[in-house]
Amino acid sequence: MRKIFDFHGGIHPPENKDQSVQAPIRPAGIPPELIIPLSQHIGAPAETIVAVGDRVLAGQMIAEADGFVSVAKHAPSSGIVVAIEDRKIAHPSGFTAPCVVIATDGKDEWIPLHAIDDYTTLEPAELLQRIRTAGIAGMGGAGFPSAVKLSVKPETDIETLIINGTECEPYITADDILMRERADQIIDGVKVLRHLINPGETLIGVEDNKPQGLAALRAAAQGTGIDVVEFPTKYPSGGEKQLIEILTGKQVPSGGLPSQVGVVCQNLGSAVAIHDAVVHGRPLVSRITTVTGDAVSRPGNYEVLIGTPMSYLLELAGYDATRNQRLIMGGPMMGFTVPDPAVPVVKTTNCILAPTEQELPTPPPAQACIRCGMCAEACPVSLLPQQLFWFAQGKEFEKLEEHNLFDCIECGACSYACPSNIPLVQYYRASKAEILQLRKDHEKSEQSRVRFEARQERLDREDAEKEAKRAARKKAAEERARQAASADGDEAAEDPIQAAIERAKAKKAAQQTGSASEASPLEKLEQAVASTRKRLDTALSKLNEAKDTGSDLVDALQTGVDKTRAKLDKAEQALREHQASQPAIDEPAAAEDTTDPAKLAIEKAMAARAAEAQLSPAEKSRMQREKLEQRLAKARDRLATGRAAGEEDKILEALEATVIRLEEKITAAGEELSQEQS
Amino acid sequence: MTELISQYPLMAALFALVSLGAVFGALLGFASVRFKTEGNPIADQVNDILPQTQCGQCGFPGCRPYAQAIADGEAINKCPPGGEATIHALADLLDLEPIPLDAEHGEEKVTTVAYIREDECIGCTKCIQACPVDAILGAAKQMHTVIVSECTGCDLCVEPCPVDCIDMLPQEESLQSWHWQLPDPVSRAVDIIASDAEQEEAA
Repeated sequence: MRKIFDFHGGIHPPENKDQSVQAPIRPAGIPPELIIPLSQHIGAPAETIVAVGDRVLAGQMIAEADGFVSVAKHAPSSGIVVAIEDRKIAHPSGFTAPCVVIATDGKDEWIPLHAIDDYTTLEPAELLQRIRTAGIAGMGGAGFPSAVKLSVKPETDIETLIINGTECEPYITADDILMRERADQIIDGVKVLRHLINPGETLIGVEDNKPQGLAALRAAAQGTGIDVVEFPTKYPSGGEKQLIEILTGKQVPSGGLPSQVGVVCQNLGSAVAIHDAVVHGRPLVSRITTVTGDAVSRPGNYEVLIGTPMSYLLELAGYDATRNQRLIMGGPMMGFTVPDPAVPVVKTTNCILAPTEQELPTPPPAQACIRCGMCAEACPVSLLPQQLFWFAQGKEFEKLEEHNLFDCIECGACSYACPSNIPLVQYYRASKAEILQLRKDHEKSEQSRVRFEARQERLDREDAEKEAKRAARKKAAEERARQAASADGDEAAEDPIQAAIERAKAKKAAQQTGSASEASPLEKLEQAVASTRKRLDTALSKLNEAKDTGSDLVDALQTGVDKTRAKLDKAEQALREHQASQPAIDEPAAAEDTTDPAKLAIEKAMAARAAEAQLSPAEKSRMQREKLEQRLAKARDRLATGRAAGEEDKILEALEATVIRLEEKITAAGEELSQEQS
Repeated sequence: MTELISQYPLMAALFALVSLGAVFGALLGFASVRFKTEGNPIADQVNDILPQTQCGQCGFPGCRPYAQAIADGEAINKCPPGGEATIHALADLLDLEPIPLDAEHGEEKVTTVAYIREDECIGCTKCIQACPVDAILGAAKQMHTVIVSECTGCDLCVEPCPVDCIDMLPQEESLQSWHWQLPDPVSRAVDIIASDAEQEEAA
């Protein structure tokens, strides 16, 4: 006898399993329409490989896995693809999602299947490929792609393979009936898994509330070395980590995977599906689903094609919609309300529960937490649900993470135990989602920051490049001037007048280029005035000297003086003008900063917002209208200039459309305004 | 040595304290030079909290300058995209009282994404120049489009568009983005015990 361990907490809700195990598994048949959602599992949705109007055969792949963590989809029966569209799916949000819709023809023609005689000769990689193409996702409820779960790294030593036949949730009996009726198939499937993983020991864990299933399984497992382990019933012993603890005594570390403690876990139903896929080459197109609850007259287990509308299945089971106040997919503890009975059965639909109001009453309003600690006693992961509840209410996400919120398996034991009827699990689910959302937002903002900084850097770099080019041009000009000066220098030695001219020229060039950027315009002008005045003074003294000596140069000097005086006048005037315009110069300099379009837009938007904040709604809409009118006028102008300039038709059309749209907006705004005023 | 100390206990104690002070002072001085923090760590932390929409609604040209301004004492309630959550985080970080959002800078809205009606776009590149995160793709006289995953919903591209072909669309909730909401706070039921509530109804 194997030693059985126990995990912390747990509850014993009424089991209600008897109703659905009275009858054997019944085939649900082929519904007229099959709706196959592309996402029935954890991971990326599959990608369709058929088109509307195609005829598909049963078992034909209609959508292939998109990436590693994804699962292929197959046609469950033969028929015509009538639509690939968004349909409502079984999801707590009640949203629509892309689905392939097949109108069945009732012939149920299969594509040829590639069976293999001896799977033991195949490599593990090949086996995994068969499992992957068969589209198998965990059938216990979570729907994690089985091939991914089975791809253990070769270096990890797997000690124990655990097959989960616990089915701890009330009402559900899909695995129980499978054990009773198809124990041989289960054992065959487990053998395939054992070959694939090659563990030290193989265990099938079953709760002691399924004696018939246990007996059948034990009989089938005789002499195979597979150990069927029975343990006391307690919810939630079917949780992967809980089951591992029960059977091996090992705890999976927080945030870790079972393979870290040398364990691989698979669901019993998945084992059967894997056997079918590997040995018979049959993809996963049907599953056993429990239909139960007091609102159905023929509760039981049905072998149902994936994609069968729930309403079709419920009709088979004798569903009375008037007695049922909500339809639940999954069990009463972890299931969720289905938005519409027309949603399809998917690979993870282990149970459809149609309870009456007496059976599963609407939870009474939540009362205040009295800190009784019953939730902490019930928690199978040893968390502190009451603390988590406070932090969730106060949105203290850091504290929630510190208290290991992410280890919560959302089993609902705390909510069940709570005497104040607080929907604790809902708080945890919401907080988990919020934290993940915050993480995502932070990632995005980080990305935006990086992009913003990169852009800023680019703009700065472009500016710097422009500046560098300007500097290079200036330098080149100086260089040219200097070269000209030095090249002429040799000749100038012979001719003093020429030399003086060259010197003046060089000086002037240097002044223009060199001082242009260093000295401000004002300084330059002042300098010019000063130097001209100096020249005038020397010219005047020379003239006087010549007059005194009676030189014949007097006339020439006189014209020189006149010219210099005119130049001085001009320079002085320029200086005055410059001084007069000085205050005006500051403004364009300041405006220069705002030429960046982003900054311009920011400022405009800011001003608009500031104005908006102080206005009443009526004024706001009037402002809105005025703005629109302004925009219309602008658009009209632009159109007129565009027409005049004979721009392309496309642009003119776009402009015309803009004008029309703005006019519409104005009339709408006008109506709104008149409504507000009335 | 011991004799000396016992002879002048006061001097010895004074000497010991002064030399200890000198040694530790030197150590501290060295540490302050050796481990000097570069930049402004507060501004970095503030910048980390800001939503990085780069929308400029706060009046600063981007989140980084606003972070710097906050570090220098600017009010923390000028960021509408961040909203309440950002104000609370900033208040926590800087040990300030959380204050309500300054309405002058806009209201907290749902996150939007810019959408260019592509057949109306004339390819003027004005929006590309205005985008602070380079999330608009296009060239002169070619149609432009928005890289949705990079758009921060800052609004800055709407104003410059001459043909008014940019819409700010609220981000739709999809199956991927959907999540459970916190249960309705049924305040009365939480505050009053069930028997009281029944009595109240009967009255």
